[in-house]
Amino acid sequence: MANTMARSFLQVAAAEEVAPPLRVVQIEGLVMLKIIKHCKEFSPALVTGQLLGLDVGSVLEVTNCFPFPIQEEDEEIEADGANYQLEMMRCLREVNVDNNTVGWYQSTMLGCFQTAELIETFLNYQENIRRCVCIIYDPSRSNQGALAFKALKLSDSFMDLYRSNNFTGEKLREKNLSWVDIFEEIPVKVSNSALISAFMTELEPDTPVTQRDYDRLQLSSSPFLERNMEFLIECMDDLSVEQQKFQFYYRSLTRQQAQQQSWLQKRRDENKARKAAGEEPLPEEDPSNPIFKPIPEPPRLESFLIANRIANYCNQINGCRHCCHYNYYYCCYLLPLLLLLLVVLATIRCYCSFCHCFCCWLLLILLLPLSIVGGGGGGGGDGEDDDDDDDDYYYYYYYYYCSY
Amino acid sequence: MPVVSGYNSSDCPIRYFQNPSSRSLLFESRSEEKKKKIRMAASDRTVLQFGPSSAATSNVTAKVHPLVIFNICDCYVRRPDQAERVIGTLLGSVLPDGTVDIRNSYVVPHNEFSDQVALDIEYHHTMLKSHLKVNPQEVIVGWFSTGLGVTGGSALIHEFYCREVPNPVHLTVDTGFRNGEGTVKAYVSVNLSLGDRQLAAQFQEIPLDLRMIEAERVGFDILKSTSVDKLPSDLEGMEVLMERLLTLINDIYKYVDDTVVSMIIFLFLFYSQIVLI
Repeated sequence: MANTMARSFLQVAAAEEVAPPLRVVQIEGLVMLKIIKHCKEFSPALVTGQLLGLDVGSVLEVTNCFPFPIQEEDEEIEADGANYQLEMMRCLREVNVDNNTVGWYQSTMLGCFQTAELIETFLNYQENIRRCVCIIYDPSRSNQGALAFKALKLSDSFMDLYRSNNFTGEKLREKNLSWVDIFEEIPVKVSNSALISAFMTELEPDTPVTQRDYDRLQLSSSPFLERNMEFLIECMDDLSVEQQKFQFYYRSLTRQQAQQQSWLQKRRDENKARKAAGEEPLPEEDPSNPIFKPIPEPPRLESFLIANRIANYCNQINGCRHCCHYNYYYCCYLLPLLLLLLVVLATIRCYCSFCHCFCCWLLLILLLPLSIVGGGGGGGGDGEDDDDDDDDYYYYYYYYYCSY
Repeated sequence: MPVVSGYNSSDCPIRYFQNPSSRSLLFESRSEEKKKKIRMAASDRTVLQFGPSSAATSNVTAKVHPLVIFNICDCYVRRPDQAERVIGTLLGSVLPDGTVDIRNSYVVPHNEFSDQVALDIEYHHTMLKSHLKVNPQEVIVGWFSTGLGVTGGSALIHEFYCREVPNPVHLTVDTGFRNGEGTVKAYVSVNLSLGDRQLAAQFQEIPLDLRMIEAERVGFDILKSTSVDKLPSDLEGMEVLMERLLTLINDIYKYVDDTVVSMIIFLFLFYSQIVLI
């Protein structure tokens, strides 16, 4: 009897070790409003705060949060910060708020949050909490109309690799880990209590006349696009620096290997001579020689993070392009018509040279700027084969232009 | 201190109070333009004095951000079993034009007995310090309580908050939906004194701006429903906005049409009158 009971208890305890994977993060409307308010107040400075909630099965519920004060560069910040956190948690526990830390939130500027500090913070949290999540909010993108909330966590394979501190190329190839596998984005759900739902239904203005958020319809995206491009260019510079480091490493590695080979060859020749002379052969290895010292491989983490950032900027630029270039759609339909006209004119050429010349020149002068505008913008919304379309249009124009 | 407040139909606050030394009911109505002082028909001939510079309080308006309502509702849902209502502190700032901008709030544990109120003052000060560390611009501007109307206990709590800040705003949020709707009202209090004696604290309602601009930005669809499965992407948000814009344009179009039709009818009748005459 005791045996079976002990076994079943052990079985139960063993079964509890396997946690269901995190599927969705459920945020309360209150937490969203708090995060938005905090990030917007201090924008463009980057701020952070703590998330509180419950870990239930495959859902991580975030029910409350509190902001962290901006820390000046001071020696006492560690103690102050910890004190503040303890006080807030204690006070919130007194009013029945879930006292359980489930992660933290931070604001970001146009999505450049993939840094080594983020990974360090994740690992710090992971030591104490089994499941934690980081919520990233982008106030500048929210001004464009999107609700830029993202819930992130590190993938398990990356965490194991990072902890073992073994970030060399072969290990990564072995585990089949590339830059997309570092961060995992978790879908976000919003929930509200029934009381607040009743209040909001009540307080919603009846007609759209009194609502004031139509500035989100402003489609001028050039400042947003400009800043994205600036950040993208900076990232490319960083990436080229990393690549130079790798190139230098590989060059020194090959040079070292060549040196090793030549030294080995010399040793072998020496040994042959000594054997002929009847002496002891020298060893073929010499660990004290500096050319045998292994050169450390530069870590790949930074280049992975840069790749993540670049992907983020590209996605944002693509999304922005889709939103804003619908008004150029008409060019896509107008341009083939114009080309048809040109073909017709080319056939007329055979019949009347003078008037056709004049007409053609006039048409070209009128149509060339339109086609440049349309070709530049009309590709937007079509898909990935932009460059081919552009090339086609320009090719036609130059063909007819040069065909006199 | 007894406190009663009531309203007449012309939307002008009237306060009824009973002087313990006389049995006649006196009433006094105050509007923006005129102030009527009614002398007491009582045995003692003391002139009733109203609180200092009521002009200052009559211009006060309050503006509430949606986060405050969310916070209050969440605290009410989490209140301890024996508490009937929750109270707490309001944080914000006073704008240059006199409007009180209520931006944040936190609940303060309290106990209410039949004639006494106990407030955890240390908790209140600790939370205030923590909040000021994050944002030093948000100071105390008043306090809130759930429930409809102002009760006797509220007067005592209001007295406490008067010591913290010169003219606190009292916000009531009716979480019980007693009138069939969730009423949110704001009050300021003015002291009534008879000579040297404090008679009553009158709670005068002030206009409250409940425009939820931040809630509109997030989207009322997300904040209204009890569960949303997916956050809307850029395009979906824009679609919702376009639909609203379309409704707005249709409304305005209809309005202009109706106006034009009524103008035509009016002109027709006018000229027909002239012709007949």
